[in-house]
Amino acid sequence: MLVAGLDIGSRTIALVEWDGGRVRRAEVVDTGADPLSNALTLIQGRAYDRLVATGYGRYLAAERALADEVITEIKAYAIGAHHLYPDVRTVLDVGGQDSKVILVDPNGRVVRFEMNDRCAAGTGRFLENMARALGLRVDQFGEHALAAEGESVQISSVCTVFAESEVVSLIGRGEDSRCVALGIHRAIARRLGAMVRRVGVRERFVFAGGVAHNPCLRRLLIEELGVSLTVPPSPQTVGALGAALYAAKQIERGNGRWKHGDHSGRTGFTLSSTGHPDPRRVAGR
Amino acid sequence: MEEYRAMWERLGINMRRHDMLLEALPAVYEKVYLSQQRRPQAMGYFDFVVSEIHGLRVKELMDHKDKGGKVFGTFCVYVPEEVIVAAGGIAVGLCGGADFSVPTAEQVLPRNLCALIKSAFGFKLGRICPYFQAADLIVGETTCDGKKKTWEILDEYIPTYVMDLPNSRTSADRALWISELQRFVRKVEEVTGNSITAENLAEATRLINRKRAALQRLFEVRKARPAPISGLDALLVTQISFYDDPARFTEKTNELCDELEARVQAGEGVAPPDAKRILYTGTPMPIPFWTVPLLIEGAGAVVVAEESCTGTRLVAGGETPVRDTSIEDQLIAIADRQLQTNCACFTPNDGRVDDILRMVEEYEVDGVIHFSLSFCQPYNLEAVRVQKALQEAGVPVLVLEGDYTEEQAGRLRTRIEAFVETL
Ligand code: SF4
Ligand code: SF4
Repeated sequence: MLVAGLDIGSRTIALVEWDGGRVRRAEVVDTGADPLSNALTLIQGRAYDRLVATGYGRYLAAERALADEVITEIKAYAIGAHHLYPDVRTVLDVGGQDSKVILVDPNGRVVRFEMNDRCAAGTGRFLENMARALGLRVDQFGEHALAAEGESVQISSVCTVFAESEVVSLIGRGEDSRCVALGIHRAIARRLGAMVRRVGVRERFVFAGGVAHNPCLRRLLIEELGVSLTVPPSPQTVGALGAALYAAKQIERGNGRWKHGDHSGRTGFTLSSTGHPDPRRVAGR
Repeated sequence: MEEYRAMWERLGINMRRHDMLLEALPAVYEKVYLSQQRRPQAMGYFDFVVSEIHGLRVKELMDHKDKGGKVFGTFCVYVPEEVIVAAGGIAVGLCGGADFSVPTAEQVLPRNLCALIKSAFGFKLGRICPYFQAADLIVGETTCDGKKKTWEILDEYIPTYVMDLPNSRTSADRALWISELQRFVRKVEEVTGNSITAENLAEATRLINRKRAALQRLFEVRKARPAPISGLDALLVTQISFYDDPARFTEKTNELCDELEARVQAGEGVAPPDAKRILYTGTPMPIPFWTVPLLIEGAGAVVVAEESCTGTRLVAGGETPVRDTSIEDQLIAIADRQLQTNCACFTPNDGRVDDILRMVEEYEVDGVIHFSLSFCQPYNLEAVRVQKALQEAGVPVLVLEGDYTEEQAGRLRTRIEAFVETL
């Protein structure tokens, strides 16, 4: 058996191939401006018994017949995290565009979840923008903040628009950039902490998604939530792994394709403000 | 539709904007409605009504007006259709459900207002909605703050009368509401030039009772497993009840129920018997806002009931006792029935939580989705208590908030699908 899970996120696309016993291949590429062709390149020349797509681009994959089935990233992360750590109870996934916290039961089933996807605060995008405002790359940002020697500088706004100008004026006032960076991390950790507490904090607590690479945020979340965090070796592929495992499960169960409702064409139509349905959605039929 | 252009022009419709709206509708309707599987045959009538939404029904209103009849635009089930009908008037519900007119409204109204108000106001401001254009009087009511203050602004564009609806249910509140119904009787008499009598009010009450009984029958048959009708189709029927001719609507809804009851007898349905059964609760879903049931049913579940004013709250309080002894007696009966409508604008409003818990049992519900329009304080706040009560009862619940935009549909989609996956 060779199945695959494809997680098309706003920032990255992750692919995991699973042969029924182990991961055969795991890869992460940038989503870029053309997610579909980047996803196609990833799976080119491969033949899978089943491919399950997840992430916010999952329908793109399904509509172009790349995927046999789609599941939400909530379910995918729960399955993936439960496979890696059978005693997991809470999964926090902070991605580029959204963040979510998932409470799972001992069998890896989703009990409750919370999502934030309406504002950038509490997502990777916030960190990216703030790093840029300080003239740093996002992968340097956490280390930079950890190097702060003084107190962190209080950031009053977690709205990207306001926070960006706040940061610029703090630097202009001569604040140490590392202390400002620490303040930014504190603000986002508080924000994430509030979301996590709405579903409840239980251990084992797995922190996944691209932002889990950030060492400063990891440390602040431990303080904020009073738990120890487990960060998977490859935090960005947990969703793709979950999707692949789900694909394998479906084959074992002998389930046909498109069991999970029929998503092929019925997208959420409302009248857009121009009066025309979004052509990208219409094209999917 | 060409034959209606002269009528629309006469109504002062902004034709360019109106054309844009009408062009978009068929494709959307096809995707959302006509692509559904195993639809009841009797939905054909309701499809027809939608296809003629700005045509035939508006023409009926215009013919009515040409004969000296009056049209009343309303926004709340507390505005008594019985009184309007008794005086020979026609009531049409004007709640807006399209994002199309929201940007227009935001030229005047603040942005942080629920989409229902903005959509409706934008239809008037942009002269896009023929129902609004045809209305002789708008009847508002003091429910939420958003509506209350919007009436003051709307009155500058179209005569708007406001009923003082109490926000509680004490005996003093009841007395106030009865007196408000009396004041409304006088207003309707003044606008129509017809007098309301004990007889015609009793007759109108019978007519509206029949319409509500047909809706009640529809809600009743949906308790069956497998579900005989999709939540999308049932919602459409309740949406159409707000502006269709009451007698014809009653007849067509009863025909639909005949078919659905036969389906139940034969053990047939629109969804597999094991499809997850969802109860919708929250703010009304005015036409053409179909996103929530569309996403729920797209995820393989089925909506079996809506605890909302586009749902079972339409039949709250059951049949209105017919009292032809005096106008006053009939108004009291109407008030007492209406005050059993458990709207979040009331406090306390524990009856709504009871209704939801009862419906979870009656409809064998697997999960409840509470949806509230963003910036709707009454429903957003009441969601807190609804969620708590359901959690205590061990019923899975998802609390959502949103508006009519495409972006929101995308946001809601992942949540709804993930919720259905957990059931
Ligand atoms: S939700 Fe409340 S305010 Fe709205 S129509 Fe119903 S009763 Fe009226
Ligand atoms: S949805 Fe809420 S805010 Fe909007 S009109 Fe109804 S009660 Fe008022």
